[in-house]
Amino acid sequence: MDYLDFEKPIEEIEAQLKKSRDLEQETEVDMSKSIRELEKRLVSTKKDIYKNLSAWQRVQLSRHPQRPYSLAYLEAITAGDFLELHGDRHVKDDKAMIGGWGKLGDFPVMFVGQQKGVNTKMRQYRNFGMANPEGYRKALRLMKMAEKFQRPVVTLIDTPGAFPGLEAEERGQGEAIARNIYEMSKLRVPIICLIIGEGASGGALGIGVGDRVLMLENTWYSVISPESCSSILWRSWDYKAQAAEALKLTAEDMLKNKLIDDIIPEPLGGAHRNREEMFEVVQKRLLKEITALRKTPVEKLLDKRLEKFEQMGVTKG
Amino acid sequence: MGWFTRRKEGITTRTKDKKETPEGLWYKCKRCKVIVSNEDHRKNLWVCKNCGHHERINAPEYFQLLFDEEQYTELNAKMTSGDPLKFEDTKKYTDRYQASVAKTGLNDAVSTAYGQLHGREVVIGAMNFNFIGGSMGSVVGEKISRAIDHALRNELPFIMISKSGGARMMEAAFSLMQMAKTSAKLARLGEAGLPYVSVLTDPTTGGVTASFAMLGDINIAEPNALIGFAGPRVVRETIGKDLPDGFQRSEFLLEHGFLDFIVERNCLKQRIDQFLGMTYPLEWDTEQTAS
Ligand SMILES: [Zn+2]
Repeated sequence: MDYLDFEKPIEEIEAQLKKSRDLEQETEVDMSKSIRELEKRLVSTKKDIYKNLSAWQRVQLSRHPQRPYSLAYLEAITAGDFLELHGDRHVKDDKAMIGGWGKLGDFPVMFVGQQKGVNTKMRQYRNFGMANPEGYRKALRLMKMAEKFQRPVVTLIDTPGAFPGLEAEERGQGEAIARNIYEMSKLRVPIICLIIGEGASGGALGIGVGDRVLMLENTWYSVISPESCSSILWRSWDYKAQAAEALKLTAEDMLKNKLIDDIIPEPLGGAHRNREEMFEVVQKRLLKEITALRKTPVEKLLDKRLEKFEQMGVTKG
Repeated sequence: MGWFTRRKEGITTRTKDKKETPEGLWYKCKRCKVIVSNEDHRKNLWVCKNCGHHERINAPEYFQLLFDEEQYTELNAKMTSGDPLKFEDTKKYTDRYQASVAKTGLNDAVSTAYGQLHGREVVIGAMNFNFIGGSMGSVVGEKISRAIDHALRNELPFIMISKSGGARMMEAAFSLMQMAKTSAKLARLGEAGLPYVSVLTDPTTGGVTASFAMLGDINIAEPNALIGFAGPRVVRETIGKDLPDGFQRSEFLLEHGFLDFIVERNCLKQRIDQFLGMTYPLEWDTEQTAS
């Protein structure tokens, strides 16, 4: 497990614990007292650190290299009953955007999400979770299929942004995102959007319009990354922590500003510290939301969806 | 529909000299450097007679250009931002905002109005690039949303003239959600069968391109306008190469299938009118027999 800079005290205690346990096994000397003490210290240290995370620390957690990505969630929450589908039917199959049918409990659901790679080679293959226009068009194709068969849509958002490349511009990155937002606002099935990592700007919103928009506890969602914000407004890369603070991009701030519907708590230390627990929490929550949303008549669902986004913004006069 | 009663209240007539000319009597073209009198430049709709360069103009100029007899009624003219995040970088957002209000005499980066275009009532939104780079915050989203509401209530066509650097960072996620708000409203306009004309002008980038600017029944643009999602600097850094000539310009977008046509400013009104004549009102048959 990789430790972030602010997790160093935890790393130290965990290293000591391991040493004591190894020693106990090797020497058969009873170390249980010191082990128990270390365990207690570990719990309280973790609580201290994770209770008071700064915005920037949350951003770091959201990008933790061992954090589970979309496909890991899908495999777990559908218990393997997942049928991945490919291609936008125009240009290609975008590896940064995945999707397909999966069973959530008894419900067939269309899943769509950005996908990051788990190692250097796969990160390249997945283009770091930065979709091209064909990724957004693939997502839209799948969402329209869900509408045809009257099944709910679940989107998993985890992207540092839509890809800003030359071909992406040629093929209409702006149009692709705009079209998704437009179509999602009137898609006649329930949509649940869940931010599982990074929610950067239009790249996130391109699969982010729904009846429920939820954030995992250690994720961020904003119009720009703290680094880019720092470089533009402070004209230096060094103010990313201040920028993260100013952008109010944490789940807590987003909920307070009524820009999302709820927060899903993560295991102590983040989703990667206990993946199975995280998957179970997410599965239960999605099931609960789908059960509730399916009871709402579609016209009412669409009115409420529009109303929610209509109310976002603070103006005077 | 009470056109005439409604037009009587709060009519605004713009004077000819709205475009300020602090630099004196002469205009020097930014592209070909040819000098003409400001009066001639204005008469030519701020387009260089020599090279065709379309100078950036703001909402008041577009309203003069498009509304019959320069008469229109502005909607929500006094709306300003509430600074929801108390945002502060090297400066306070409220200070930047006030400075922009003082500099431009406008209240935010979009103005919306209704009036007649060749005798047909329409709603027009136009962006002010001189107001914090035409960036989209809560006010831009809300005014566009309410302008579309006005179009929906009165069954009118909607025309949006975009000119924006993208999101207003100082409103962070509030800014982002304006993309959803405006697009969702346009979806309603579409379902009501009302036409939406998107006019893209120099420059239209970022969140505006990724929402209402690309969602027209027709997307049209002034010549040589910069239009893109990512800005050219970011794209250049991503690919590590110089960008080809004409990249992200109107002609490039037309060629790649994202615009219906390019329109010179002096033809803008006529071409919009021509399109509306084909698509509006919805029930043209009954309308014809009724009149
Ligand atoms: Zn010129």
